[in-house]
Amino acid sequence: MTDNKITVKNLSVGYGSFVLLKNISFDVKRGSVFIIMGGSGCGKSSLLRVLTGLNAPLGGSVWIDGKNLTTAPEAEKNALMRRGGILYQSGALFSSMTLAENIALPLQQYTDYSPAAVKELVSLKLNLVGLAGFEDFYPAEISGGMKKRAGLARALALDPDIVYFDEPSAGLDPISSKHLDDLILNISETLGTTIVIVTHELASIFSIGTDSIFLDADAHGITARGNPKELLKNPPNKIVFDFLTRGDPHAQKPE
Amino acid sequence: MHNNTPHITCTRDAAHKKILVTLSGCFCRFDDQNQKQALHQMVTDNPHNTIIVHSDHLESWDSSLVIVLTSLIQTAQQQKVKLDLSRLPKDLNALLTLVFAVNRHPPTAKIIQSDFLTRLGKAGINCYQSTRQGLNFITDTLVSFGRMMTGRVVSRPIDFWFALEDSGPKAVGIVALISFMVGLILAFVGAIQLQTFGAQIYVASLVTIAMTRIMGAIMCGVIMAGRTGASYAAAIGTMQVNEELDALKTMGIPITDFLVLPRFVALIVTMPLLTLLADFAGMLGGAFVGISMLDIAPQEYLKYSVNAFNITNFLVGIFHGFVFGIVIALCGCYYGATAGRTADSVGVAATKAVVSAIVWMIVLTGIITVIFKVIGI
Repeated sequence: MTDNKITVKNLSVGYGSFVLLKNISFDVKRGSVFIIMGGSGCGKSSLLRVLTGLNAPLGGSVWIDGKNLTTAPEAEKNALMRRGGILYQSGALFSSMTLAENIALPLQQYTDYSPAAVKELVSLKLNLVGLAGFEDFYPAEISGGMKKRAGLARALALDPDIVYFDEPSAGLDPISSKHLDDLILNISETLGTTIVIVTHELASIFSIGTDSIFLDADAHGITARGNPKELLKNPPNKIVFDFLTRGDPHAQKPE
Repeated sequence: MHNNTPHITCTRDAAHKKILVTLSGCFCRFDDQNQKQALHQMVTDNPHNTIIVHSDHLESWDSSLVIVLTSLIQTAQQQKVKLDLSRLPKDLNALLTLVFAVNRHPPTAKIIQSDFLTRLGKAGINCYQSTRQGLNFITDTLVSFGRMMTGRVVSRPIDFWFALEDSGPKAVGIVALISFMVGLILAFVGAIQLQTFGAQIYVASLVTIAMTRIMGAIMCGVIMAGRTGASYAAAIGTMQVNEELDALKTMGIPITDFLVLPRFVALIVTMPLLTLLADFAGMLGGAFVGISMLDIAPQEYLKYSVNAFNITNFLVGIFHGFVFGIVIALCGCYYGATAGRTADSVGVAATKAVVSAIVWMIVLTGIITVIFKVIGI
């Protein structure tokens, strides 16, 4: 088994003739917390949709555990997609279902667990994200931060190898955002799950990222790669430095 | 031989009052109720001081093993016995710690039981409140209408023209087609009886009177309730979900001015015209059956139709169309503006708008008919 969980080869991302990212290649190490960062409109979320198999790339390929997601037949592609859980920006919980029903849905769909086991697993997942006892609540009855936690519980339902996060901290207060970051780290450490996060929240990038790529809209590609803290110490170009310091000219490079 | 079937082996050391639980094999998607039950029985039925869990031959695991272990931890806590999990893999132990590190609980008990009288009272209060809310909405719309007449309304003319186009020219095709078919059906149904008396020529009178007096307006109302009323509810309901209505309110713009009035005025303009169209399309449908299938001469059919045409009936039909326009616009906009904030609430609002518009149209038709009867129209 290779050390790479995800390998991206010469990937081009865009819509029709509109190319956002051209011929990018990178790999995501097993068990790492991988950050995809960059300014607004650089193609972060579009790249995530291609990585998760929701959109087809304009060119190139995405490999998960040595299997080509891009060219896999429908059934194999679905099986590969199920190995990843996704937490969307809004949580994307089904509003007509309780939290328990939301989390139970993939378990009922893809496993042979008995109803009792599903119930126990739902409670376990809610416990994991700190929402014990919220089984019978509807998404409309809980806060934004709790919705994200519940969305994460659903993403973890099938014990995925990879969890993708699309702007997990968006719309959260700093404390809730910190709690979510801690939770992501906990899950990565305890379950050994590979985490891929699309974000431009600097606090999250520095506190949980072990590896990262920086996407540049003008270059249509990756202009920096490495541990975010290392990138801040030795920024490869001014755009990356400005991004990581919020454009503050007086920002000091960390010792 | 190496076997990766998941196994929970329990052995009892009676002398030292210990239970040894050994986990072996692959615990992925593990849901063996017999093994779980055996473990539970062993732990609960035998006196002991310590449970020791071994996992030397544990190959792989997922959440299903965590369920078994959390249940074991809870049982041990209830029995107040020592549970030694130190031999488990480090990451599994860390996960168990995370499971029990709950940092949030529901704020209050959610299920509140209430007796019959309380429920009845609540239903009464809800009924009163929703009636009041509906009447307030109608009043606000009328006030907005008054503001429009005095030129003080906060509204964009373009919204009115869009609504007019949507509820007028774009609805012509469907209204004409359905009304034509209704006229055709009326003629067929009437002809079955009238032919037995050799009086099929009166199909022309039947269709003309029915379409102009009420059927044209009713058919037009039903079509527009399903088409335009539902679209009003969905459009305004979606704005509610996206917090656009809140934005309007915080800007001090009445939603009845900005959103309801353009749609309301557009429908009360177009509905009488569409009713007129429906009347003539229905008569055309009747003529098609009469001339092509009942062998009535076109001139004769036209003569009987003109004789049956009554300007009072025609104006009553147009008046119904006008009233139905008000009903459809109010129901569509009201249920959109009072929609919930979830994805399915838009669908619920659209359904309520259509159903209530049709119900109110039928109720008002009854009321208008009685009033016209009393005053001799």
